[in-house]
Amino acid sequence: MCVHQSINITTKSSSSILFYQFTQQNLPACKPVLTPSWIVTTFLLMGVIFIPIGLVTLRTSHSVIEIVERYDTECIPEKFRGNKVSYIKDSTILKNCSLYLKVPKHMKAPIYIYYQLDNYYQNHRRYVKSRNDQQLLHGLKSNDTSSCQPEDSSNGLPSVPCGLIAWSLFNDTFKFIRESSELVVNRKNIAWKSDRNHKFGKQVYPFNFQNGTFIGGGSLDPSVPLSDQEDLIVWMRTAALPSFRKMYGRIEEDLDADDVIAVHLMNNYNTYSFGGKKKLVLSTSSWLGGKNDFLGVAYVFVGSSSIIISLVFMLLHVKNPRPYGETAYLSWNR
Amino acid sequence: MKRYIYINDDETSQDLYCANRLSNRKYTLMNFLPKNLWEQFSRFMNQYFLLIACLQLWSLITPVNPASTWGPLIFIFAVSATKEAWDDYNRYLSDKKANEKEVWVVKQGIKKLIQSQDIRVGNIVWLRENDEVPCDLVLIGTSDPQGVCYVETAALDGETDLKTRLIPAACMGMDFELLHKIKGVIECPGPDKDIRRFDGNLRLLPPFIDNDVCPLTIKNTILQSCYLRNTEWACGVAVYTGNETKLGMTRGIPEPKLTAVDAMIDKLTGAIFVFQIVVVIVLGTAGNVWKDTEARKQWYVLYPQEFPWYELLVIPLRFELLCSIMIPISIKVSLDLVKSLYAKFIDWDYEMIDPETDTPSHATNTAISEDLAQVEYILTDKTGTLTENRMIFRRCCIGGIFYGNETGDALKDVGLLNAITSGSPDVIRFLTVMAVCNTVIPAKSKAGAILYKAQSQDEEALVHAAAQLHMVLVNKNASILEIKFNGSVLQYEILETLEFTSDRKRMSVVVKDCHSGNISLLSKGADEAILPYAHAGQQTRTFVEAVEQYSQLGLRTLCLAWREVEEDEYQEWSLMFKEASSTLIDREWRIAEVCQRLEHDLKVLGVTAIEDRLQDGVPETIETLRKAGINFWMLTGDKQNTAIQIALSCNFISPEPKGQLLSIDGKTEDEVCRSLERVLLTMRITTSEPKDVAFVVDGWALEIALKHYRKAFTELAILSRTAICCRVTPSQKAQLVELLKSCDYRTLAIGDGGNDVRMIQKADIGVGISGREGLQAARAADYSIGKFRFLKRLILVHGRYSYNRTAFLSQYSFYKSLLICFIQIFFSFISGLSGTSLFNSVSLMAYNVFYTSIPVLVSTIDKDLSEGTVMQHPQILFYCQAGRLLNPSTFAGWFGRSLFHAIVAFVISIHVYAYEKSEMEEVSMVALSGCIWLQAFVVALETK
Repeated sequence: MCVHQSINITTKSSSSILFYQFTQQNLPACKPVLTPSWIVTTFLLMGVIFIPIGLVTLRTSHSVIEIVERYDTECIPEKFRGNKVSYIKDSTILKNCSLYLKVPKHMKAPIYIYYQLDNYYQNHRRYVKSRNDQQLLHGLKSNDTSSCQPEDSSNGLPSVPCGLIAWSLFNDTFKFIRESSELVVNRKNIAWKSDRNHKFGKQVYPFNFQNGTFIGGGSLDPSVPLSDQEDLIVWMRTAALPSFRKMYGRIEEDLDADDVIAVHLMNNYNTYSFGGKKKLVLSTSSWLGGKNDFLGVAYVFVGSSSIIISLVFMLLHVKNPRPYGETAYLSWNR
Repeated sequence: MKRYIYINDDETSQDLYCANRLSNRKYTLMNFLPKNLWEQFSRFMNQYFLLIACLQLWSLITPVNPASTWGPLIFIFAVSATKEAWDDYNRYLSDKKANEKEVWVVKQGIKKLIQSQDIRVGNIVWLRENDEVPCDLVLIGTSDPQGVCYVETAALDGETDLKTRLIPAACMGMDFELLHKIKGVIECPGPDKDIRRFDGNLRLLPPFIDNDVCPLTIKNTILQSCYLRNTEWACGVAVYTGNETKLGMTRGIPEPKLTAVDAMIDKLTGAIFVFQIVVVIVLGTAGNVWKDTEARKQWYVLYPQEFPWYELLVIPLRFELLCSIMIPISIKVSLDLVKSLYAKFIDWDYEMIDPETDTPSHATNTAISEDLAQVEYILTDKTGTLTENRMIFRRCCIGGIFYGNETGDALKDVGLLNAITSGSPDVIRFLTVMAVCNTVIPAKSKAGAILYKAQSQDEEALVHAAAQLHMVLVNKNASILEIKFNGSVLQYEILETLEFTSDRKRMSVVVKDCHSGNISLLSKGADEAILPYAHAGQQTRTFVEAVEQYSQLGLRTLCLAWREVEEDEYQEWSLMFKEASSTLIDREWRIAEVCQRLEHDLKVLGVTAIEDRLQDGVPETIETLRKAGINFWMLTGDKQNTAIQIALSCNFISPEPKGQLLSIDGKTEDEVCRSLERVLLTMRITTSEPKDVAFVVDGWALEIALKHYRKAFTELAILSRTAICCRVTPSQKAQLVELLKSCDYRTLAIGDGGNDVRMIQKADIGVGISGREGLQAARAADYSIGKFRFLKRLILVHGRYSYNRTAFLSQYSFYKSLLICFIQIFFSFISGLSGTSLFNSVSLMAYNVFYTSIPVLVSTIDKDLSEGTVMQHPQILFYCQAGRLLNPSTFAGWFGRSLFHAIVAFVISIHVYAYEKSEMEEVSMVALSGCIWLQAFVVALETK
């Protein structure tokens, strides 16, 4: 339903008509009149469209198979359980550890490997700001590393890459073994292509990195340019939430149900001082990405609530009908 | 401070007073930047934004690039500074043009052409016909042998008729040569802005004739910006120059008016500011606590062990900056922009063009359109506003005989025509007074017809009527006046003119018949100003009845009277009058007192009745606006009966059974008090009844009521929807506006004449009718319209739309800022309360400038209801009047809406990207596009 407004005038050109209509505030307009039947229909239609979308989304999300294994506590030997922090900080101990994962269902390749950190604030202001994009692209040519403080230099020389983010690089490593043969993990192409090509320099090599008195996270191979250090590139994309997953690699073979996979990992990264959790995640993917029920639930929720609203409105309208444009209902006529 | 001006003296007065250099400029090149910045920063909002912008320069705390605040801030400042500079440059150009205009001035006894800016006080300035007067002059010579010249004062007071100006008696008859050498002293008060008053004295120095002091009045001056007309040349002494002229002193920047909506927006801004401070304190404290308990353990953040003293402030200040976008920086600019568009819509409206004169409506004040919709009281003038101010002589009563009662037009009354042809002395004398006792100037047009130029519409009507009754005013040459009656020419010499003032309410002339040499006094005036001074033997009862009868019909009445004056009496009185005219202190009062001595023992001749028709559409307009809940008060200088009659005929009050008219009168305090209390009592009782109760009060009782019983009168003003105040002075009109404003009512004053200017300026909204009484009111007003009936459209259409649009736009501005700000706040809860900004500078700026500022401008041409619907149901205006679209509760609604929308957008954007893809850039883009969609949806939903 639409009420059109226009006026008849006898002017020549269309632009002058338009100007006339503008100055007289008489531009043609279309006014939807929100009558009860209109509203009921709209809500009903919304419900009818949203619920199926939600159901499809939910189904897709459920088809994704995910294995999540927390390993940060188990990978501390019994005798160090009382003092995890000093264990992790002791660089003389080799911190290898093994996990066994059972595949619940058949998993189709590619299978994505993530590590997940909880209670880790990559979005902290001090942390987010402590980087220098110019340096990542141009290396030592860009001198100003003040934005990287407090990790801008060590021993009087600038560090490449500088800043807290790079300095705290995640350095646990994983190896996957199925029935005594090692699964091939593809660790290429885990970062954004645009990052590799345009954000991290091909001629920029790590320099003076992790040379300070206080070592943060992992170190980098000084002979590999930054654009190929994909773990660093992934890590430098800071997460928005305090629980986040970062891609580690891909397994490009199918895993069958009830396969047992042994994971040999190096438990190097310190999350113990602040009580963060470390998890290993194996997940397949669908056209909607990983496992996430939220979208489907939200669609179903919105759809069903609009159907309920439309029913309520319909009942109200049937019970107290009110003709359209009835002046008797105007507040000053009652 | 008195001035002594030495005429034509090149040495003494040179440096005492300023030169005739006009300067309307606010700034100079040097002080423009500091002064303009200072002015802009005296506004609280700007101070706030500057503080925020300065804090952002500190990189430790700034969440975004400082450019995102500095950019808009500098832009806004640049825009308003450019506007100021442009205005000032134009003022400079027009000043320059005026200053460099060449004028003839006598220097060292020789007439020279110099630039206007070099005129000094005391110089003699020569003007030719159609020249603009460069400064305030005291006239000393004209081309006219009688010493008269004509000036057009339209630029000064807006009146388009010509005014006569006289040279002072002492300078009379000087020739061309003498005027170059004249020496003398003018004593006059210091510069002031009263354009109707100049009380000075002139004394010519020897060798120039008499040593007498000659009084000077405004009649002897020609003021800056007037034009010399119908006079070959004139010359005068500069008395006030440059910015010290009467015009220069009147100029001034009027107080900016603040609308109710503006006040509400300021209040809401204050509330948001308080909210922001609370948020900052809470989050800042929590952030510091979190930092000390949690962040210290997080080795990757690497908090130093030692920190500077200001460390505790860093997090709260970061939040302050994050939250600073809560108060939208653009709100003032966009509101100014749309308001000027509303004003343009008023200027453009074809339906508000006066068809008779083709004058469009005009919004002088572009900032107060939305206040039109919130008007609660309209105070209207009567003459020229409700009526057409086109006076037509309809009836008269001469010596007890009524003429024109049957036909409704005395000019066609056979009885009167017969009386004229038969030469009845009363009738002829009556006509003589009509033709002589006035200040009308007859001017011959090229075709030979006589045109009358009058300052008062009544006088014009009387002279026209007299002319049609064969008593034609032919010529007025200084003091000699020629009248043609039935083929013969009568000549009168006008000895004195006792002018009309609103206190005296009458005017008289003393004339000498050139044939017989008899001196007589001719008077006309309001009944109460004439009838009490009738000579003892005369019965005035019939005249009182006539006045009564005529005003019942809504006609304006004047009483005419005369008496013979003996030569001796005149001479004696003339001396007193001269003395009174040359006093410097209380001159007006002294003159009135002296006039009183002559105006007594009058022989009343009769009563004239002049009709002033109602304008088209007045009753309908009043009825419609009253339905819209607007109360009307009529404030008029006219007499009570006429006012009531007009009020009845234009639906202002209802006749007896439906309405009731209570009157407050009395001459003494007690009487007024008693009648006021009686009226108040009746009012209180009848408020519940569906009866239109109105009260009438006259100027005298009003004076007492306002002085002694202000409280009771205020209560009455609140209770009564309609009031008629008659016989009120301009200052009382302004006082009544003040009274209603003090009760927190929004007032609109509408009028057309100079006597309404004060009330128009005082009221929240002043509307001027560009009518026949000149443009004075229209110039002082915020809106000028051609006819009273356009008021309906101005209020119901333009006012209402403006209010709706502004209410939406301002709340929407807060909504969209709050929306994005809430998301930032929520994000800080999951980012360790460290004050991280989810959005980067570019997105924030783009959001504020492109995504939200431009689409919403559509709402400036949004109409929620068609014009026809609003006109049909004026009750719709109640919503605007009560401020239902913009008040704390609607604002709370918008606040809640932005909170809700922020929660939805935030929850969705962090959950759909849970875990593996939760990169900051992506989440921020999702949240941003969520905000953009939501606000676009809101705009689409809210505009109709």
